[in-house]
Amino acid sequence: MKISSKIYTTLIFVFLFAPIVVLLVFSFNEAKSLSVFSTFSFKWYEELFNDRNTLESVKNTLILATVATVISTVMGTAAAVGIHRIRRHWYRTLINTVTNIPMINPDIITGISMMLVFVFVGRLWGASNSLNFWTMLIAHVTFCLPYVIFQVLPKLQQMERDMVEAAMDLGCTPFRAFFKVTMPEILPGVITGAIMAFTLSLDDFVISYFTTGNDFQTLPIRIYGMTKKTVTPKMYALATIIFFVTMALLLLSNFVDNEDNRRLRDKRKQLKKKK
Amino acid sequence: MKKIIELKNISKAFDGETVLDDISLDIYDNEFITLLGPSGCGKTTLLRMIGGFEQPDQGDILFMGERINNTPPHKRNVNTVFQKYALFPHLNVFENVAFPLRERKVPKDEINQKVNEMLSLVMLSNFAKRSVTSLSGGQQQRVAIARALINHPKVLLLDEPLGALDLKLRKDMQQELKKIQKSTGITFVFVTHDQEEALSMSDTIVVLSEGKIQQIGAPSDIYNEPKNAFVADFIGESNIIDGVMQADYQAKFSGHTFQCLDTGFAPNEPVDVVIRPEDVDIVPVEQGMLSGVVTQVTFMGVHNEIIVDVNGFKWMIQTTDSVNEDEKIGIYLEPDAIHIMKKSKYSGMFGDYSSYSNELDELSDPGGEDEA
Repeated sequence: MKISSKIYTTLIFVFLFAPIVVLLVFSFNEAKSLSVFSTFSFKWYEELFNDRNTLESVKNTLILATVATVISTVMGTAAAVGIHRIRRHWYRTLINTVTNIPMINPDIITGISMMLVFVFVGRLWGASNSLNFWTMLIAHVTFCLPYVIFQVLPKLQQMERDMVEAAMDLGCTPFRAFFKVTMPEILPGVITGAIMAFTLSLDDFVISYFTTGNDFQTLPIRIYGMTKKTVTPKMYALATIIFFVTMALLLLSNFVDNEDNRRLRDKRKQLKKKK
Repeated sequence: MKKIIELKNISKAFDGETVLDDISLDIYDNEFITLLGPSGCGKTTLLRMIGGFEQPDQGDILFMGERINNTPPHKRNVNTVFQKYALFPHLNVFENVAFPLRERKVPKDEINQKVNEMLSLVMLSNFAKRSVTSLSGGQQQRVAIARALINHPKVLLLDEPLGALDLKLRKDMQQELKKIQKSTGITFVFVTHDQEEALSMSDTIVVLSEGKIQQIGAPSDIYNEPKNAFVADFIGESNIIDGVMQADYQAKFSGHTFQCLDTGFAPNEPVDVVIRPEDVDIVPVEQGMLSGVVTQVTFMGVHNEIIVDVNGFKWMIQTTDSVNEDEKIGIYLEPDAIHIMKKSKYSGMFGDYSSYSNELDELSDPGGEDEA
């Protein structure tokens, strides 16, 4: 039994990571071949960093992801606080469901429908080409928002209800009470929400594809464009870098979550001891 | 004495359900006043109204003569000790207590001095740097009190602050709270459902039920002269018997006419008669004014609690005499053991211990059958 479960685990890891390992190995291949590894070299990395257009698209992706993360984190946190305050049960369920839509809706539907809206509104405005950075930003904020909300809401629910009232009782305006007391409590949720938003925005292709114009190209869109010609190992180098950056963000978000869970566990232990 | 807070004809409803019904109450300077009642009687809502967390639907709240109905909590010279303490877990003990001072931008030296003073008042000087989550319930309680007192509010509101503590600790904290109240001279408004706690700590007790004030008075008045069957039953144990006031100083109940100390009733007015279980003397049957059969004896440590069937009405009597079940005993009542109340809507709802003994019978019966 033990051996079979070990084999099973190994197989899973092999299937999960084999493609990435291949990618990683061949990004360091001197030759262009996908079957023969000639010598180790940073050639493709060098070429990557000399490719203006690709670097430009990396910059675009990062700018878009950062702005979308900031906006969706602020809006999502505010929305979570608002949803948390709703007292009528059916109303809260309704709002939650509506918030869920961008998460469960197939990306392609979200992408097409958003494109239609942008073009339609653009036409009303009289613009011939209404898709640009801003439409893409709106689209990214839209699909990031629910992830932030659903990271922050549970933190609000874990919070002692009296705490905000206590802060106001001790001299805080409601606004100040939020920053002095609520914010430190829900911060782990806000951070994980922001990291999720960032990674989602970073690697989104489908929705971006439909909502971007010609003058603003993100990395996934550029890579897709390149696959129509030939894929050079330059792309392996790029994919390897992206993989490690995403991995680092994932580890960071897990770390924040773990810290928070440990704090909660300690608190629960304390409570049990008191009883 | 100076009035600090005046509540005038306060009413409040949540979703159409009345929680407070025409409450009028004056709270005086330097007073320890307790709002006492069962859960759902509106006592916490009333406290939250003074704190500024609820607004009355009708009526006015005056603070030192000024209407404060719509003053937000942070502008009221009132602080609250919350039921679950509501300490800030991301701040240590010192910073929790310093929080109100930092909000007021008090200079650093002054903060240090004041917080240390306050921590020594609640005997937590050595805990300043500790995380609040590492403290025991009693210690957290003290931090909450220190934090609420550091601004020297005119009034401190306490919402069942001792509810989460065990019995021994609760007794200690009762003493300590009383001491703190005396030494600071701050008015304490204390909410509890525990009548013993209310009796031992308060200068004034306000008994609430169903959103209405049933009685306001000193603990001894409330205990000795309850106004209606609800108060008599809620504060301590009471036998409440239907009776008729034949004349001044003369009450008839359980088929016997008794001497009593009460006056001011119409001739032959129906009344509720309250007799506290500890005021009943047990005598031999021939010397008794009433007689009954002991149906149940419970040993309570200091005394025995016995249930006596007197012509079908079950009395609770607390006695240090030893009596046995099924024994026939006589009951003797001094005039000052009898308290007469006017009839109220609570008449007949409380003060009969027949259900008390039945419940125990029902519990013990199935066990007996199993053995047989």
